[in-house]
Amino acid sequence: MTAVHVDTVAAASGDPDREQPWAELGLRADEYARIREILGRRPTSSELAMYSVMWSEHCSYKSSKVHLRQFGEKTTDQMREQLLVGIGENAGVVDIGEGWAVTFKIESHNHPSYVEPYQGAATGVGGIVRDIMSMGARPLAVMDPLRFGALDHPDTARVLPGVVAGIGGYGNCLGLPNIGGEVVFDSCYQGNPLVNALCVGALRAEDIHLAKASGTGNKVVLFGARTGGDGIGGVSVLASETFEDAGPSKRPSVQVGDPFAEKVLIECSLELYAAGVVDGIQDLGGAGLSCATSELASNGDGGMRVQLDRVPLRDSSLTPEEILMSESQERMMAIVRPEHLEGFLAITDRWEVEATVLGEVTDGDHLQVYWHDDLVVDVPPRSVAHDGPVYERPLARPGYLDELQAHNTRVLPRPVGGPGLREDLLALLGSPDGCDLSWVTQQYDRYVRGNTARAMPDDAGVVRVDEETGRGVALATDCNGRFAKLDPYAGAQLALAEAYRNVATTGARPLAVSDCLNFGSPEDPGVMWQFAQAVTGLADGCQQLGVPVTGGNVSFYNQTGDTAIHPTPVVAVLGVVDDVADTNGSGWSLPGQSLYLLGRTREELDGSAWAHVVHAHLGGRPPRVDLAAEERLAGTLLAASRAGLVHSAHDLSAGGLAVALAEGVLRHDIGATVSLAGLRERDGVDDFAALFSESTARVLVAVPPEHAEAFEELCAAEGQEVLALGTTGSEGPESLVVEGAFQVSAAELRTAHSGVIEAALAS
Amino acid sequence: MRIGVVTFPGSLDDGDAQRAVRLAGGEPVPLWHADSGDTLLHGLDGVILPGGFSYGDYLRCGAIARFSPVMGAIIPAAQAGLPVLGICNGFQVLCESHLLPGALVRNDHQQFLCRDQLLRIERTDTAWTSDFTPGQEVLIALKNGEGGYVADEATLDELEAEGRVVARYLEVNPNGSRRDIAGVSNARGNVVGLMPHPEHCVEAGFGPSLDGLPFFTSVLRQAVLA
Amino acid sequence: MGTVIVDVMPKPEILDPQGQAVGHALGKLGIDGFTEVRQGKRFALSVDGEVTEEALARAREAAERLLSNPVIEDVVSVRAEADA
Repeated sequence: MTAVHVDTVAAASGDPDREQPWAELGLRADEYARIREILGRRPTSSELAMYSVMWSEHCSYKSSKVHLRQFGEKTTDQMREQLLVGIGENAGVVDIGEGWAVTFKIESHNHPSYVEPYQGAATGVGGIVRDIMSMGARPLAVMDPLRFGALDHPDTARVLPGVVAGIGGYGNCLGLPNIGGEVVFDSCYQGNPLVNALCVGALRAEDIHLAKASGTGNKVVLFGARTGGDGIGGVSVLASETFEDAGPSKRPSVQVGDPFAEKVLIECSLELYAAGVVDGIQDLGGAGLSCATSELASNGDGGMRVQLDRVPLRDSSLTPEEILMSESQERMMAIVRPEHLEGFLAITDRWEVEATVLGEVTDGDHLQVYWHDDLVVDVPPRSVAHDGPVYERPLARPGYLDELQAHNTRVLPRPVGGPGLREDLLALLGSPDGCDLSWVTQQYDRYVRGNTARAMPDDAGVVRVDEETGRGVALATDCNGRFAKLDPYAGAQLALAEAYRNVATTGARPLAVSDCLNFGSPEDPGVMWQFAQAVTGLADGCQQLGVPVTGGNVSFYNQTGDTAIHPTPVVAVLGVVDDVADTNGSGWSLPGQSLYLLGRTREELDGSAWAHVVHAHLGGRPPRVDLAAEERLAGTLLAASRAGLVHSAHDLSAGGLAVALAEGVLRHDIGATVSLAGLRERDGVDDFAALFSESTARVLVAVPPEHAEAFEELCAAEGQEVLALGTTGSEGPESLVVEGAFQVSAAELRTAHSGVIEAALAS
Repeated sequence: MRIGVVTFPGSLDDGDAQRAVRLAGGEPVPLWHADSGDTLLHGLDGVILPGGFSYGDYLRCGAIARFSPVMGAIIPAAQAGLPVLGICNGFQVLCESHLLPGALVRNDHQQFLCRDQLLRIERTDTAWTSDFTPGQEVLIALKNGEGGYVADEATLDELEAEGRVVARYLEVNPNGSRRDIAGVSNARGNVVGLMPHPEHCVEAGFGPSLDGLPFFTSVLRQAVLA
Repeated sequence: MGTVIVDVMPKPEILDPQGQAVGHALGKLGIDGFTEVRQGKRFALSVDGEVTEEALARAREAAERLLSNPVIEDVVSVRAEADA
């Protein structure tokens, strides 16, 4: 056994000038000085560990905070009405009626998924599910927006299969249906794949639980998996300082997930909540015990005293610093009244979940951590958890932007005649971003729990919350990084608009937003400008649409050298549906339905899928944002769906009308016969722009012919632009027929659309 | 009519199986893995071992669940004729328990697969398939990582000869199962193992079809007749 | 025909949920006395003729580059089968 030298508060007071490795832990000189000022002495090595991880960008949001404030400031009282819990808790909670509350959040696990794709992605799912659980909710479903480097890059063949298998391996074993997300390939994500994970959960409104330690004498209970050396690579500098001779070989920076342990933890926690034996709850994720203890204490009204040597360990050689920092998965911390402790432990026993009383809530105002008899941490918890540094980093509009915006798509050669249009459509359908994603989605269980009404490839995932009434929620995540690169303010609003529209196509009423803001280094003024623009755009957009941001996550440093990823503000929108069994799918299952295009088409090809796929071109200005039109469109879809007038509805986005029509045909192998004449005449666009423009606020709706008149009347009453395009079905073999231009059979569309990812991975 | 539905640690489709029993007109009775005793199964007309990842599927799928106390009661009852349906992970538990021959191995393509799968019901005189017509083609949700049914040739020949192949995959063999076998029964027909998930196909608006319901109505009808 | 045996184990500090679950199950079966169970993988790589030093070297390369994931696993032995 190696002798462990423990640095105590007493030692720190008696040895004020000892050199400490604050720089190696990522702290700046002024930050270290501030810690000394807060404590009135040098920190102990355990305190230094806590501050360094809690004041990291990841935990403290120190670069983003000044911008993120807008989300709160731009939430109006009216928007707040349905918000039961807002930003700042583990996840926001929204009232969906009938006494039900829904909580959802999206988070990133980007870098770990690049290092070890399977475990990185798996533990990403595990972490977001625990966030939802810690609100008191039963997790209902997950979604995964994913972004990888070029599909034909050799490293993508390593990262993509690992990430998809990891998400499936964890989520499937956990018993949560995966109901949607995105898969995007772009060389800007080479070396910086984005693995974002969303979880949605439901609870009765009165059952909300918060991360708060109150009530002197209440017990602090750690339960779940044992603590090992997971994810503490960074603190090894402290270990090497405190270990007198060679300590444990190497601490892994990779965390390994145990979905079985998490499944048991979910059921156990829900039983604990139901029994009323939990006063406060917090999951252990990033920064582990450091975060859980300081946040619980900071949110409460007293102090906390914790006996760190009681933490059950998987590896007995861990030092106090390492135990505080460990990111071992599948752990939770509860605040339990003494009279409830017996009941609490009976339930954890029944589930064979290890639970240990670590300490209690005190009437002081400090978080005190003991290692046996020694006091190793004695800090004001707010200074660790909430009053970290805040930076107003310099911003500068990138110098390249003018040139990029000037370099628009007007210079690109356009397809000529029907055959050219047809060829470009097939190219889009067979492109990595436009192709059939079943290779990914079929590795995910979408059926478990029996409440999934819609999943991929429909525009939004829809799950039932109430089995009696059918009430449920619809969710979509979206972002077009190319648009955000061209104009981050508009790009963030376009992501919001698309997710909002996707939710509305199902017939749901959009209610709330969560976001995962993936950017390059905040130390680059150009990136910081993109970030500030995107946050402002999103906050302004949410205010205009009346949907509050309920929480989310910022991921910085997604860059290699000086090259950052496209700004990628992924937006998740949640909507409510009265009866999920009545929602609209994205494709038509019957011939003879009337096809309508809602919304107006302008010639907007900059940043489009067409420019990207056919010409590898990025430049110009993204499509115009028209949130008033989006709101009107959503209102029309909701009214038409409630009136039972809609057979199917599909959002127009990447690839425009051409791709929307083709996807509608492919959904159930029923063709479509349309004419672009009306569109040319009304909107003044040619066939090419009619088919490939990516103007926003447009949806393709199939309406049973007997309801066509009522549908048109409803659109007129709503002030909604509507244009009859044609009908579903076709003469002869099922085909997409664009009159006067081209026709292409469903079989040929499918050949172009399918097997693309498989073929790339096999080569 | 009361049908027990077992929950092992890591069971996932236990709630779905209970719902399916209810929608078929029966009363689901939750059974806990740690429960045991002679009276545990009294008054039950059948037992379902649901899908999921019992004990994380660690070691081998079903290998740890097979030794749980509740199986100590179910194994002799099944041998004595109690109708038992094992779905997916439940099928794996039945094979590990030697109530059914063969084993389920990792899919030949090495990936978890979730798809809507066409099946042919080959045998309609078991406790769980009597409400189908012989040769009926049904669309059932399938989702597994280790669903490849294997047994030695002699066993497969015996299963075929005795008509104990309950269901077969059509069009696509999704996991490399020998002879496209999706489900088998014991000789008596009271114990059936099935890799696809009929409990996800019992309610309009959820799942690919309503073709799963007859599995659950079959056992209830048999209980009435018994 | 000779065979090279490669044994791969999860790194000691890495969580091994499988081994943990097996350990718990053993306890329940009353097979006591094991303080920990860890589960690894064994690969058998067959070659024509004897296992030469050169074959072992190739097997070592295979073990490091493909058979194990150095982020979470260690190659604990590469040896000719007869040595076992």
